[in-house]
Amino acid sequence: MTSKPPRPYVNPYVGGALLGVVLFLSFYITGNGLGASGAIGHVQVAILGLFAPEHVDRVAYFAEVGGGSRNALDNAGVFMLLGTFLGGMLSGIVNRRFRVETRRGPNVSNRARWVYALLGGAIMGYGARLARGCTSGQALSGGAVLSVGSFAFMFAVFGGGYALAYFVRRLWN
Amino acid sequence: MAPFNLAPLAGTLGYDLVFLLIGVGFGAALEVSGFGDSRKLAAQFYLREMTVLKVMFTAIVVAAVLIFLSSALGLLDFSRVWVNPTYLAPGIVGGLIMGVGFIVGGFCPGTSLVAASTLKLDGVFFVLGVFGGVYAFGETVSSFEPFFQSTFLGRFTVPDWLGLPYGVVVVLLVLMALVMFWGAEIAEAYFGAGKSWKDIPLIPHSRARIAGAGALIVLAILTAVLGQPTVDDRWGWIASEGDRQLGEREIFVDPAEVVDLKKDMTLRVNVLDVRSEADFNRFHLAGARRIDLGDARDPAFVRSLLGAGDNTIVFVMSTGESVATQAWKDLKAQGVLNLYVIAGGINGWLDRYPPSPCVAQKLPGNAGGDSLGWRFVVAVGDRSPSAHPDLARKEYVASCPLAADGNGTAEAPAHDGEHGAAPAYTKRVKLQKKTVTKGGCG
Repeated sequence: MTSKPPRPYVNPYVGGALLGVVLFLSFYITGNGLGASGAIGHVQVAILGLFAPEHVDRVAYFAEVGGGSRNALDNAGVFMLLGTFLGGMLSGIVNRRFRVETRRGPNVSNRARWVYALLGGAIMGYGARLARGCTSGQALSGGAVLSVGSFAFMFAVFGGGYALAYFVRRLWN
Repeated sequence: MAPFNLAPLAGTLGYDLVFLLIGVGFGAALEVSGFGDSRKLAAQFYLREMTVLKVMFTAIVVAAVLIFLSSALGLLDFSRVWVNPTYLAPGIVGGLIMGVGFIVGGFCPGTSLVAASTLKLDGVFFVLGVFGGVYAFGETVSSFEPFFQSTFLGRFTVPDWLGLPYGVVVVLLVLMALVMFWGAEIAEAYFGAGKSWKDIPLIPHSRARIAGAGALIVLAILTAVLGQPTVDDRWGWIASEGDRQLGEREIFVDPAEVVDLKKDMTLRVNVLDVRSEADFNRFHLAGARRIDLGDARDPAFVRSLLGAGDNTIVFVMSTGESVATQAWKDLKAQGVLNLYVIAGGINGWLDRYPPSPCVAQKLPGNAGGDSLGWRFVVAVGDRSPSAHPDLARKEYVASCPLAADGNGTAEAPAHDGEHGAAPAYTKRVKLQKKTVTKGGCG
């Protein structure tokens, strides 16, 4: 299995159309779009609840999700999150991309890439909660139903990325 | 009609499975597009590879065309589709922060999950980072709560903002995306493949792409030509059920029940009074809001009702019942939940909670129905115990023109504002929850 090279990615327009159909089906069936960061918040509160349940009850933002007798994992988004993970894994296995590796720019070490990924993830997680949604939940889902805030958000994400890209070019080039 | 009301299924395996399967489709679509590869995502910001833009905008326009075309064909009720509420300032600041996280970390939350699922270690570290960031936000949000809640515009779409029909905005969105794709192809050829300007074809030549673009434009134009369903179309969808509810008087609520609901601190009772301003000034229920019948078809007004919380009950009332019933039909058709008519209207209310004889007197005979059955001597607005029978208060009347001596200065006759024990009534209000309470990302 690992001896054969991975299959190429599909044409981005075809991939985008597939994603668009999934997004439409999600809206059509459930009335809701796609998302990941909200459910990550639920899982995070559930984990926190294992170690410090009183703390979950005390902080309003956590208590809303998993305070008292509420089960933070009892949320449709958590199942979508699980599905996203499984779907990615299935597609990775089928297309021979399921292997341990680190994708990085040519001029950074694996360890540096991991540190930056952790840091970027933390920044992203914080921003996603502030913006009430991630790229998929806000930009993609909100964009498809023409929400004004989602379009403003989308341009802000690209703006932030392009503004900083020059200064971190050594990470990727 | 779609979207389906899945709320009754909540907690069952089938319910969870629906979301799981949608997630599988989502994850697979991201993975086959190459969104599990951080280099591919980061390349977007150096204009070498525009995969992110192409995939995202293709997905947005394909989904938007399908959503609004199904809505135009009457297959999907868009009013029940979740639209991310707009909080402009925190959305923009959060977006800028995410842009920084994107270029530093190489993913966004959904894509990092897909990367981690295919054992990409950078994806695993990114996911761990997201957990940390989400935790840090929960710990700190209370220190800037006012900003987090600021610039709230509710369910606010681009068509609302521009004042254009949905179909037209979909056409414009498709055209905008196609221009962006055209630019993206040129950018990739120049920055990515390193071609010189004169070697880059400016006219698209791929037949498949032209066919795809053409199909999108045709479907978008079809959406615009068909137009979104009108209020009357929407009433047609639910007319049989709605007429049954009216026929069996299921939605006509006794005044006493309204009073009891107003006493319940966990509920928000919203009374819409569809009468003339003059009649409204003579007497109205405490907290009532006057509207014209036309307002029930005003998108901005209806949007404000749709945005209300699940604990809101909306009552419509008019002099009798007929005008309120018309407003009920219009609002019901547009998806307003927990919507009722006050039985008997103002006439019924005043018969149940009669005002002081100094203020109004019942007209003799069987006056009533759709014309006011009471003659008001002074306009009291809601300054009468009859306007808020939930609060026991004494009537305050400075002068009493109808008093026995006729000179208008006599003391008000005893009228203590107590309307006796609440009469028995059949409970009509059954609180319904919205099908959609939260976005996938919420």
